[in-house]
Amino acid sequence: MIAVQVQNAPFDPGQLTNRVHDGNPSIGALVCFTGYVRDLNLQHDVQGLFLEHFPGMTEKALQQIAKQAAQRWPLQAVHILHRIGQLAPAEPIVFVAAASAHRQDAFEACAFIMDYLKTRAPFWKKEFTATGSHWVEGRDSDQQAAARWNQPPSENS
Amino acid sequence: MIDVLFFARYREVLATDRLSLNWQDHWQSVADVRSHLIARGEPWTVLDDPTMMCALNEDMCSLDTAVRPGDNLAFFPMVTGG
Repeated sequence: MIAVQVQNAPFDPGQLTNRVHDGNPSIGALVCFTGYVRDLNLQHDVQGLFLEHFPGMTEKALQQIAKQAAQRWPLQAVHILHRIGQLAPAEPIVFVAAASAHRQDAFEACAFIMDYLKTRAPFWKKEFTATGSHWVEGRDSDQQAAARWNQPPSENS
Repeated sequence: MIDVLFFARYREVLATDRLSLNWQDHWQSVADVRSHLIARGEPWTVLDDPTMMCALNEDMCSLDTAVRPGDNLAFFPMVTGG
């Protein structure tokens, strides 16, 4: 039920969504997130992106994140795909699907996986602009987003 | 020996993606290996970065994680995937 892919090739989010659901009629809710390469970041015109990763650790880290989600919520399926190498603006870069019987578990699991992926999976983005290239800096807001999953659930949730 | 890998900005600043270090008997934690490298001076001081992340044997770790001969250690800037 857990599938992890790391690849350079582009992907079709619609096709992936259907594949996660196919043959599993017990899935009542499927939440999918697709991240795309933007053409603008910090006021620079981004012409392309290079995704470096840590071969050997990347798939293992994504598997661990998917397993943690499956331990935390009753999930029928988890699918994580992350692209590496050279990417162009408007291309999809990451896909996360979480399938469950009910929507709340699927929504939360999908958000959890993305928050953990952004702070615990060994990927680094380098942006190429008209004036040169630079490594994207890690953001505190991403760290805070991931940290909220360490808090005990609030009483009114 | 201990293998040390570097990624992204660190890899570029250091102009190397890996090296093997002779094991030092006083090494106990990831922090000790990092201090050994920073003591080399420029450009290794790039590792003197409060936001640095590290992995031991391909699992995320912290500076106080214990190291042993034969381990595979990796130092890298904050991850920025997704």
